[in-house]
Amino acid sequence: MSLEEPGPDADAAAVARAADEMEALVGEHVLSRDDHLNAPGYVVRPDAVQDVLGTLREEANLDHLSCVTAQEYEDRYESIYHLKSYDDPTHEASVVVPTPKDDPRSESAAPVFRTADWHEREAYDLVGVEYEDHPDLRRILLPETWQGHPLSLDYDQERPQIVPLREHANPLEDDQKADEGETMYLNIGPHHPATHGVLHLKTTLDGEQVIDVDPDIGYLHRCEEQLCQNSTYRYQIMPYPDRWDYISAGLLNEWAYARAIEDMADIEVPEYAQVIRTMGAELCRIAAHMLAVGTFALDVYGDFTAIFMYAVRDREKVQNILEDLTGQRLMFNYFRLGGVVWDLPDPREEFFESIRDFLDHLPGSLEEYHDLISANEILQVRTVDTGVLPPAVAKSYGATGPVARGSGVDYDLRRDDPYGYYDELDWDVVTEDGMDNYSRLLVRLREVEESAKIIEQCVDLLEDWPADDRTIQSNVPRTIRPDDDTEIYRAVEAAKGELGIYMRSDGTEQPARFKIRSPCFSNLQTLPEMSNGEYIPDLVASLGSLDIVLGEVDR
Amino acid sequence: MSDSAPDRFRSDPTQVETDTRDARISGTDDRFNSKLRQAFGASPFILTKFDQFMNWVRGSSMFMLQFGIACCSIEMMHTYAVKHDLDRFGAGVPRASPRQADVIIVPGTIVSKFAPRMKRVYDQMPEPKFVVGMGSCTISGGPFQEGYNVVKGAEEVIPVDIHVPGCPPRPEALIYGVAKLQERIATGESSPVVVKPYDLEEFGDLDRDEVVDQLAEQIDEDDLVMRYNWADSP
Ligand code: SF4
Repeated sequence: MSLEEPGPDADAAAVARAADEMEALVGEHVLSRDDHLNAPGYVVRPDAVQDVLGTLREEANLDHLSCVTAQEYEDRYESIYHLKSYDDPTHEASVVVPTPKDDPRSESAAPVFRTADWHEREAYDLVGVEYEDHPDLRRILLPETWQGHPLSLDYDQERPQIVPLREHANPLEDDQKADEGETMYLNIGPHHPATHGVLHLKTTLDGEQVIDVDPDIGYLHRCEEQLCQNSTYRYQIMPYPDRWDYISAGLLNEWAYARAIEDMADIEVPEYAQVIRTMGAELCRIAAHMLAVGTFALDVYGDFTAIFMYAVRDREKVQNILEDLTGQRLMFNYFRLGGVVWDLPDPREEFFESIRDFLDHLPGSLEEYHDLISANEILQVRTVDTGVLPPAVAKSYGATGPVARGSGVDYDLRRDDPYGYYDELDWDVVTEDGMDNYSRLLVRLREVEESAKIIEQCVDLLEDWPADDRTIQSNVPRTIRPDDDTEIYRAVEAAKGELGIYMRSDGTEQPARFKIRSPCFSNLQTLPEMSNGEYIPDLVASLGSLDIVLGEVDR
Repeated sequence: MSDSAPDRFRSDPTQVETDTRDARISGTDDRFNSKLRQAFGASPFILTKFDQFMNWVRGSSMFMLQFGIACCSIEMMHTYAVKHDLDRFGAGVPRASPRQADVIIVPGTIVSKFAPRMKRVYDQMPEPKFVVGMGSCTISGGPFQEGYNVVKGAEEVIPVDIHVPGCPPRPEALIYGVAKLQERIATGESSPVVVKPYDLEEFGDLDRDEVVDQLAEQIDEDDLVMRYNWADSP
């Protein structure tokens, strides 16, 4: 990218040194090096996973297991653990675990990082790698009776499948009977107004208390990874990111893909386009946070009239601006590799006027939200000190975004791993220390203010941008074929947190593996942690405060 | 009884008719010129078949099921909310329970795990019920048609009355679709009921083949299942 590091050579040397230091830490287990574009990669034996990850976490401060990617090669399976540090996300490493074709077993990372639990279940479900010592290895996205692993090489898509519709048994019933306790089993969802989509919570209650909640996902598993693997880099993939986090957060998601492929294929982005991207992305963030706040209030008050409508009103304004910019209300498809698809709409003054208008009214509406929501005693009673998520727990589940920042984890990729135009602008990362539902709400409301600041600065810049320097897209070849076996994992700060993409090229114009690291997937994992032992209304509030979107959880 | 009693209880029928008619025509008493009256003509009675009347009522007051699946449901929410306000057309009361709803808008991609649940929700709605398919996903699977897990359109599972194309359709398009549905209901049209390719059946009733045999250990004979024959999908 055009705006990066002043002294690339010095940086590269420092990175290489750090990589060697890390290798020295776990040297005894390292079979070879398999460096990715973003980070050094260490190939380790399948039975040393826990040792290696544990050492790296303790000694090298790699305390964030961002993602687990599994894939099948002609001659082996491979699981990749993408590690980062919460203090400095540019400090990265990948742990690559190859397993043989006929016996794809490796040690589970779940005892070291709790987030690995779901990530490995997904790897097992879609690719077919088995993890030993995993607490509960079963399918997660596909129905339990599915036959075959759809992202493995020999999967037959034509094969008929049978999906049962059963009542779900109470998982705790047997133990409870012994001490004469009474529990009730409650299915929340997959069709339920409080689950924000098609999420299914298998909940076991004792009276009003939640004993156990087990999120059952996969009701919107739309095979996004497979479809991206069957599409070309240049044009066909870009429309899909809009549909991951579809709460108007499209541009933020598009940026995740744009960033990954631009770094992989070494594409420059003109500065002018970066400013437009930054502005559009922050508009999307406002729209997304507005809906999060509106539906959260809806969950807590059960009130479909006031606050929800206020939020939708403000979203409509943002959507109008975005529609002027991109041509669509929701599925923008506006980014292109190396820039954006078209310039700002004419007449430019009018467009800037409409944004300024919106920004002028924003403080007033935020005031209204604070009056109606955050200053409201009922809401405070419901949300303060409920759904508590301590920072250490949040980190071990790989939580990011407002969920992490609401627990005081100061982690924002826009600042810590800068891309676009963010590091040229003046804004702050919002954190709250309350660790509860209320803090997460406040973080979102305050982030809207910060986004407004960013947009304002972008508008100022764009207004004065010299007319002869408005390149919206750099020269990009018609077909893109990154070198064979290039691997990259890149993330951006989307509305819900760290949205990462892992890609491996095989020399063709389609990716050989396309893996999406969804922030909601990791964030949702914290729900049992926040809700077990609490009352059921608090469970609903916690779920609302996580602000998940099922399109992104299930992909 | 007041003194004017003889006046009020006139027994001459021609006089009564004349007075009433004069009152109506001159406009001194517009009790008879109600809105309905203006709509239906001079006769003080509405002659209609009961079912036509019911159709008109049904179309004018529709209870929607609150049912969100995917991206399209965001635009559906916007259709219900301020600015677009579907309620203006007598169709804006989302009900949380299928048992109280008579229209289901299917807003999104249907995947294998969800289709049996959606069928169950549809079955729980009381007759007569109507379906609006929102978005390309409910027509054909949309952008996800080639996915291994995606049902190629809502019509594989439940009958659909109105398809609203788009990805996502704009709120205006959804309103147009709903208005069209109201028109159809008011004129008594409904979609032909055909057997859907994917239905819920008991596992024991499936034809035995290799796929069924493999799953025989995991699924009970009387469990409800949905069988997807992907090779036959459009
Ligand atoms: S039609 Fe488009 S917008 Fe609607 S659910 Fe399908 S992918 Fe999403």
